[in-house]
Amino acid sequence: MSRVQTDLVNVPKVEAKSILETKSLTKRFKTLVAVDQVSMSISQGEMFGLVGPNGAGKTTVLKMLTTLLAPTSGDAWVAGYDIVHHSAQVRGVIGYVPQLLSADGSITAYENLLIFAKLYHIPRRERGKRIHDALSFMGLDEVSDKMVREYSGGMIRRLEIAESMLHRPRVLFLDEPTVGLDPIARKAVWDHIQRLRSDFGTTILLTTHYMEEADELCDRVAIMHLGKIAAIGTPSDLKATVGEGATLDDVFVHYSGYEVDSVGNFRDVSRTRRVAKRLG
Amino acid sequence: MDKPPTLGIGNVLTAAYNFTTDTITIAELEARKLHHDFTELLTRAVQPALWLLIFGEVLAQIRAIPTGQLPYLDFMTPGILAQSVLFIAIFYGIAVIWERDLGILHKMLASPAPRSALVLGKALSASERGLSQAVIIYGLAVLIGVHINWSIVSVLGVLFVVILGSALFSTFSLIIACLVRTRERFMGVGQLLTMPLFFASNAIYPISIMPFWLQAISRGNPLTYEVDALRYLMVIGGTSVYGILVDIAALMVSTAILVLIAARLYPRVI
Repeated sequence: MSRVQTDLVNVPKVEAKSILETKSLTKRFKTLVAVDQVSMSISQGEMFGLVGPNGAGKTTVLKMLTTLLAPTSGDAWVAGYDIVHHSAQVRGVIGYVPQLLSADGSITAYENLLIFAKLYHIPRRERGKRIHDALSFMGLDEVSDKMVREYSGGMIRRLEIAESMLHRPRVLFLDEPTVGLDPIARKAVWDHIQRLRSDFGTTILLTTHYMEEADELCDRVAIMHLGKIAAIGTPSDLKATVGEGATLDDVFVHYSGYEVDSVGNFRDVSRTRRVAKRLG
Repeated sequence: MDKPPTLGIGNVLTAAYNFTTDTITIAELEARKLHHDFTELLTRAVQPALWLLIFGEVLAQIRAIPTGQLPYLDFMTPGILAQSVLFIAIFYGIAVIWERDLGILHKMLASPAPRSALVLGKALSASERGLSQAVIIYGLAVLIGVHINWSIVSVLGVLFVVILGSALFSTFSLIIACLVRTRERFMGVGQLLTMPLFFASNAIYPISIMPFWLQAISRGNPLTYEVDALRYLMVIGGTSVYGILVDIAALMVSTAILVLIAARLYPRVI
C-alpha cells in the first residue's frame, strides 16, 4: 500500500503539463510585426528548437520569455508564472545565454561565476562547490583563473552556459549557442548541452539557424518564418511530411518559402558578424 | 511588476537584505575589474593636475576672485575634486551602452536582481572610480601647498560626499544612456552637459559674483551642493554657504530620485 503511494508521489506530475506555454504571443515594433501570434507548448525536460533565418523573430520570442521585452499582446507562462505579471518570479527560475557575448572579459572565469552565484543568492557554503562543479562540468577548471579575454570562442560559450546553470534553472534559454564557432568547438558545445539535459533534466529552449544543429539536439523544432511558426514537430516527423530522404534543410525551404536573397538585412548581418568576430 | 505577491515584515526584510547584497555584488564586479586594470585610474590624474597646477596657479596670482579668508588654491581644490568626479561619472553611462552592445546587460536584466539594485550598484561602481580621484587630488593638493584638514572626520566626510556625488551624476548619466541608446549620441550629449554643469556651479568661483540668472541656475545644480560640502570638509578655514546638512540632504534626495527614474528606464536600453 505504502509502496504504491510512494510511486504515485514520484510520478512526475508536470510531465503531462507543459513547463512553458505561449498563447498568441505577439510583438510589434512600430510597423514591423516581429513575432506574430506564436502559440506553443514545451514539456518538462524537453529540448526544443526554434529555427529560422536571421530576422525570423526567434530572438524576440526569447527576449519576451526571459522578460527582457514586454509582449504587445498574447500570453506566456514559464514554470507556471505569467511573464508579464510575475516577471520577477520568472527570472528566478530561468537561465539565459544571450546571442551576444555575455561573459565579462576583464575578469577571470572564476570571478564571472562568483558574481552570478551571488546575484542568484546561492548560499555562501554552497557557492564554492557549485562554481567548482560548473567549471569542471564544462571542462574549464584548469583555466578558471585566466582572464576571460584570453579565452577562445568555444571556451567563452561554455563559460556562459556554466554561468546560466549555477542556480539550477528549470528552463534554460540558449540564443544561437554556436553562432560563430568552428565545427570542433561547436561539437564540444553540443556535447555539453546534451549532458546538461541528461544530468540535470533541464528543459532547454534554443534558437539556431543551423538545421543540422536542430536535427542533432532537439526533440522537437518549430520552424519560424516572418514572425510566425510555419511548422512544428519532431525532426523526423517534419522530414517525413516533405518526402523520402528529405533533410531538415529541405523541410525548412518547404515551410518557409525561403529564398536565398530574401532574408536578413544589413543590421542582422552586421550583428552576426560582430558576434562571430568576438567569439572566433 | 517586481513586487512580491504578499507583503509582510519578513518579506520586506528579506527583500531589503537581497537588495543590499545585489547592489554590493554589482559594485564588487567593478572593484574586481579595477583590480585587474589599475593603470586606467592613473591616467585620470592628468586633467585635475592641469586645472590645479596651471589654471589654479595663474588665477591665484592675479587675485581676481573674491574667496574671503581662503587662499584661491584652497578655495578651488574642493571644486576641482568635484569636477573630476563629475567628469568620470557623467560618462559612466557609456559603460552601460557598451555592456548592452556586448550582451552582459541582457543577462543581468534576466537575473532576479531588482532593477533598482542594478542601477544603484552601477552608481556605487562609479563611486569607486570617484574615490580614486579623491586620493589623487589629496596628493596634488599637498604638492601645491593647499591647507588640507586632516582630521579623520573631515577626510571620511570628503570620501562620503565623493561617493554621493559620483552616484548622483553616474545615475544621471545612466538615464541619458537609456534615452539615447547609442555611444555616438551619448558622447555628444555628455560633452554638451559637462561644461554647463561645471561652470554653472561654485566650483571655481563663488556664486555671489555671478549674474542673477546664473545664480538661479547654479542653486538648482547639484554640483553646487557637492562643492559646498567638500569646501567645508576638505580645507582648513573652509566654510559652507548652505550648511553641510542641507548639502548632504540635497545630494541624497537627488540621487534617490534619479535611481528611481533610472530603474524604470533601465530595461529600455536593451
